[in-house]
Amino acid sequence: MKLHELTIRETHELLSSRKISSEELTRDYLERIQRLDPQVKSYVTVSEDVALEQAQKADECLKSGEGLTPLTGIPYSAKDSISTRGVNTTCSSKILENYKPFYDATAIKKLNSANSVLLGKNNMDEFGMGSSTENSGFFTTRNPWNFDHVPGGSSGGSAATVAAGLAPFALGEDTGGSVRMPASFCGVTGLKTTYGRVSRYGLIPLVSSFDTIGPMARSAYDVALVLEAIAGHDPKDSTSRVESVQSYSESLKKTENLRGLRIGIPKEYFVEGLDKEVEASVRTAIKQIEGLGADVVEVSLPHTQYAIPVYYLILFAEASSNLAKYDGVRFGLSERTGDLMDVYLKTREAGFGAEAKRRIMLGTFALSAGYYDAYYLKAQKVRALIRQDFQKAFETCDALITPVAPTTAFRIGEKISNPLDMYLSDVFVVAVNLAGIPALSVPCGISNGLPIGMQIIGPHLSEETLLRIGYLYQSQTDWHTKHPPCW
Amino acid sequence: MQLTYEPIIGLEVHAELLTKSKMFCGCEVVDSITAKPNRYICPVCTGQPGALPVLNQKAVELAVRVGLALECQIHVESIFARKNYFYPDLPKGYQISQYDQPLATDGKLLIETESGIKKIRIRRVHLEEDTGKLSHANAHSFIDYNRSGVPLLEIVTEPDLRAPDEAKAYAAKLHAILRYLDVNSGDMEKGVIRFEANVSVREAGTEKLNNRTEIKNLNSFRSLAQGIEYEIARQSEIYSRGGIVEQETLGFNEATGKTYSQRGKEEAHDYRYFPEPDLPPLVLDSDWIESIRMTLLELPDAKTKRFISDFNLNPSDARFLTSELSLANYFERVAAKSKSSAKIVHSWIAGEFMRYVNESGIDIADITLSPESFAQLIDMVTYKTIGGNAGKTVLVELLQNGGDPAQIVKEKGLTQVSDESFIQEAVTKVLNDNPSEVEKYLAGKETLLQWFVGQVARATKGKADPNVTRELLVKGLVERKK
Repeated sequence: MKLHELTIRETHELLSSRKISSEELTRDYLERIQRLDPQVKSYVTVSEDVALEQAQKADECLKSGEGLTPLTGIPYSAKDSISTRGVNTTCSSKILENYKPFYDATAIKKLNSANSVLLGKNNMDEFGMGSSTENSGFFTTRNPWNFDHVPGGSSGGSAATVAAGLAPFALGEDTGGSVRMPASFCGVTGLKTTYGRVSRYGLIPLVSSFDTIGPMARSAYDVALVLEAIAGHDPKDSTSRVESVQSYSESLKKTENLRGLRIGIPKEYFVEGLDKEVEASVRTAIKQIEGLGADVVEVSLPHTQYAIPVYYLILFAEASSNLAKYDGVRFGLSERTGDLMDVYLKTREAGFGAEAKRRIMLGTFALSAGYYDAYYLKAQKVRALIRQDFQKAFETCDALITPVAPTTAFRIGEKISNPLDMYLSDVFVVAVNLAGIPALSVPCGISNGLPIGMQIIGPHLSEETLLRIGYLYQSQTDWHTKHPPCW
Repeated sequence: MQLTYEPIIGLEVHAELLTKSKMFCGCEVVDSITAKPNRYICPVCTGQPGALPVLNQKAVELAVRVGLALECQIHVESIFARKNYFYPDLPKGYQISQYDQPLATDGKLLIETESGIKKIRIRRVHLEEDTGKLSHANAHSFIDYNRSGVPLLEIVTEPDLRAPDEAKAYAAKLHAILRYLDVNSGDMEKGVIRFEANVSVREAGTEKLNNRTEIKNLNSFRSLAQGIEYEIARQSEIYSRGGIVEQETLGFNEATGKTYSQRGKEEAHDYRYFPEPDLPPLVLDSDWIESIRMTLLELPDAKTKRFISDFNLNPSDARFLTSELSLANYFERVAAKSKSSAKIVHSWIAGEFMRYVNESGIDIADITLSPESFAQLIDMVTYKTIGGNAGKTVLVELLQNGGDPAQIVKEKGLTQVSDESFIQEAVTKVLNDNPSEVEKYLAGKETLLQWFVGQVARATKGKADPNVTRELLVKGLVERKK
């Protein structure tokens, strides 16, 4: 029996029956990370000391049986944009290279109180700006299925970690597909949560109005376990949802079929540019879901073509403001030379990568006096139309199914010199962020040794429905149990 | 030909709100002068990555109070926006403020000018957060974030002011109102109220709008008037030479009384405002607004009017008493307990009482002397149980050490005596001891009578009723003439 091959659910059985200790489990994962991660490069920081300390605490809890949760003693990793007290949180940016937050993000706090074990922090595109981790200020993470390919982004490190068995689950963050796209590229299950379902407190923002923390794991069931631990209203996040959190995993255990569920297939998502094998896999998956009792109908989301420009415009604007605080005055990189203006210019020149600079400039321009109405305001108006598209679709459907990405993972270096081409790889995922709705990425095929993912989209707070569809689909298929060669 | 120029002035007032905690976090609001630097800070108010703002409900309530007092329209939905610029005292790289949808708009404030009452229109009242505080010493700069995130109210007028004195009158009136509403401490020297003035001038009689300059960091009424005055003169001089005033942002040097250029039009900030995505729109319940309206106190103008009509006070006395809420309240409570007229109560409060308050620097709100005791003392003087001077002595004693006025009068033996035989004894002695003064008096220097009264008061330790004393003195002096 290899510990890293077990799901959270199976691992929990072993821990709670005390067949293994959290410390043994943690040491096993740390050893794997040490052995495999030099090739995969999914971690920016491995927090060995913190992990062992937390594992010992978890073992005490497992011994006493008090405060036991399904995640007690379970190791995990987190995208490096999620603040961890005393553990480097870099956003894979040189400007935060040695930044140690003095507080925990709410999601981390919740996992701490469940006595989960933080193994480390995952690589990402700098501040979440990218779709491949090639924009990391440190190094590019490799796709565990094929080291010449990207893992997707921006939560590429988290997806690769889970895919390579370097953590049983990871916290990712999705601003414009950043959980779903790498989940699809790496063959793991990833959930983009409803905006506000998981507190953003302590999540270093890229686009405050799109950012969502979401679980990445090896099955829909494991995702459900993590979601119920981290979701919920947070008085420290004014945009968090007040609705109470459902017991997702319990309801999954009860679900048997998808009868009475109506699934929409948006025609705008099956168009030219979509890889034939990707399309075939997704269509096969839809058939299987139909076989589980769901009704399948074609729907239209007519404003889909505007999603990319609208998404990027709002992103540039908000990101330019969110990245202003990295000025070398209080934390992170500080080039202390010359006068104040020199400190600003030199710190930001040295600290930010090319993509971050590009987006800061574009966003600053889009918000400038005289351009605001033409760009930012107009984008917000079109955003409202895109949101309406979904509202309309959900009047007749419970969920929508689309591909996550037009292709499987592309080669490292293939798109990095053409930003626009890179932006277009997000074509199927960004509209969901504009609408603030949840979507689940589920493995549904393999093409040329690289995974394919389907996207299940639902209305606000429909996580339970999405997980149910994913869970039942995974009970009929084995794509999610397939492992990359390095496994 | 000498042209005269008319100034057009608008004011922006920034007032710190008297909340316990900061605008967007739970940190305590402390005295930024005495508190140790950077002790009252957290991830939110120092702009740590990932920290998020949460709106302080109390700050909204105080802002609504001001909006209502200035007769503004309170908007049930308003929006917070980010004002983006770089400065070390601004930890996030943007200030959370309100922009195109402020909390309150379209109000007014009446001020008294030489030519009568004038209405100053209020354009807007909005909420924002204060910045940290920079200081410079030994070629280093220091930042204190204790002040970062303290709730600020910005109150902006239309350009309705036409003279430095009007600006000063507006500022003073607003200052009094903010104190009245208990939303601001009024401690100008601590920078809790700061002014910015927009000034332009034009040829008198024309309607033309010329370039305006904005004078920043005016931190006292005096600086405000001085800065505007200087700017009017500067701009008028430029136009009279045929020049053009540049639109720019100016600083004000308190030492020289002059303005100086900070930023020209070219360097003007583009703040790139956009709605703050970390805060949902501020939506107010209209019942809640009404409930705040119900708790609104009588403001200075209304109170002055009432004091004139109810207490029969003259306008300047009434205005003095209503200048501070604590003073007005104290006066009303003493007047209610006293059998003496309101005029007499006023003269006690404006006289000996205020002398004590000013000399000791005590807050009127902290005065422990009960209105009942004060009223009792005033009545003792009015109804001649004790003399006026004795009354003043007792008042100081009461203010300093407390106690019961009757008891103090008794202990100090200050009870006024109108018993003629007792006073006669003292009168006879004074006249006998001062023959040369008696001679002068009898020779026609009648003003000496008051001096004799004083001598008798001294001899009787203030117990002698001055009226009886005067009578007996005149009688005694007349007798000596014979």
